[in-house]
Amino acid sequence: MGAAITHGLVDPWTHGLVQRAFAELALVGVVGGALGCWVVLYGLSYSAESLAHALFPGLVVAALLGLPLLLGGAVGVAGAAVGVALLGRTPGIGRDTAVAVVVTGLFGLGVMLALSAASPPGLGALLFGDPLGVSTTDLVLAAALAGATLLGLALLHRQLLAVGFDRGGARALGGRPLLVDLALLGLLAAAIVVGVQGLGNLLVVAMIVGPAATARLLARRMVPMMALAAALAATGAALGLYLSYYADTAGGASVASVVVAGYLAALVVRRIRFRGRP
Amino acid sequence: MSELARAVDLSAAYGGGPVVLESVSFGLRGGERVGVLGPNGGGKSTLFRVLLGELPPRAGRYSVAGPPGFVPQTERSRLDYPVSALDVALMGALSRLPWWRPTARSERRRALSALDRVGLADLADDRFGELSGGQRQRVLVARALVQDAPLLLLDEPFTGVDRPSAELLERLFAELAAEGRGLLIASHDVDQVRRWDRVLCLNGRQVAFGPPERMLDRRVLEQTYGGSIVTIPGEPGVTTGILPAHHH
Repeated sequence: MGAAITHGLVDPWTHGLVQRAFAELALVGVVGGALGCWVVLYGLSYSAESLAHALFPGLVVAALLGLPLLLGGAVGVAGAAVGVALLGRTPGIGRDTAVAVVVTGLFGLGVMLALSAASPPGLGALLFGDPLGVSTTDLVLAAALAGATLLGLALLHRQLLAVGFDRGGARALGGRPLLVDLALLGLLAAAIVVGVQGLGNLLVVAMIVGPAATARLLARRMVPMMALAAALAATGAALGLYLSYYADTAGGASVASVVVAGYLAALVVRRIRFRGRP
Repeated sequence: MSELARAVDLSAAYGGGPVVLESVSFGLRGGERVGVLGPNGGGKSTLFRVLLGELPPRAGRYSVAGPPGFVPQTERSRLDYPVSALDVALMGALSRLPWWRPTARSERRRALSALDRVGLADLADDRFGELSGGQRQRVLVARALVQDAPLLLLDEPFTGVDRPSAELLERLFAELAAEGRGLLIASHDVDQVRRWDRVLCLNGRQVAFGPPERMLDRRVLEQTYGGSIVTIPGEPGVTTGILPAHHH
């Protein structure tokens, strides 16, 4: 019995593609978890979702032209920002509507390009992710980008903390709210690009928002919250891969489901813990 | 003492909107506590925003000695934010530290001693959002102490504060003034402002500026608060209460 369980736990890891899938998802998890804490505290969860959709055509075009995905993502984000700014100025269209029109329009355009008969197969993975299809080159690129994103977070830490705590007061202290906002969105775009290969454009936001929202329920200070979110995300990645391996479910979707289930479990734990308090 | 802030015929407005504060002229020297009285919406916060450089004046001019320290109302601070009292105090060191440097031990010591000065050394590791209103206000004052600015702007630091915190803050402000700092303190408590060096009365425009014993007569208070003053009989000339703010 014990041997069977051990075998069941170890077996998936004997496959190189599962190892690579875990490495990819763990990278996404660590970056997404740490960055996600800021996304959640800055109230940018929905923006993250929109951003992921809006940069999609950029990713597809980059993949079609054989250019780095990051470049495509950056162009995609810039295009979306210009689109929202221009449409938002049109009389009779509010900002809110402009965002919805631009984001869904761009996403539709990206899906059309990705799934067209003329496009090479495999671009659909940009939508739903294919962690089991990650190559070593992909991994190295993702690791470099993840390292750069974490470095960016470390450099910005004090500014992020002060501006997020109180925007008005932070400016008087030497905080730079606009710069911090832009840098955070830039890092978010980078994290989305890191995560697209493993989780896909539609699911990557689960890895950014899910573990951070869970950690927020449990941690009391920022750095522990970020560490906890990163650990939860990596754990979610491993559990999701088991689920995918044994239940034969899609890898990215399994990981996203486990992460969200973790959040629900933390909610229950918190409820129980707080019920005992006076 | 050197002059730390000066405004000459200052007016302010938000965007292209109507002027919300006009004809403000005052000076503040080191060693002075200047109380700012006025109803809600009377322009106290607007004046602070101009002096902090967040809102360009519509007309007139002003000068401040270096970036002022700012103590916002604690009611506006985030209680769900994952920071300790020490984390918040350390934010005062933001402008001194290059982005790429980790927080220096000397800054940590400075933040701890600022917390000590506001009587919260024991609570340095407590979560900010779990402190009482008065304790939170003291942490925000500690943050300004860490910033070490010669000029401090305090937006209603006594609002929603328990009595021990209020007494501690009052003593601390006197000490800070004695050190040569200048304090501009928005307040709703007329009797408290009487104990300070000067008073600036605002009600959409400047009503009065000068020593409180000369300025705070019935006429000025009526103009400042729009006539909603309660005088308790028995102590002639002493105004002990002000009705809730006059809304425009």
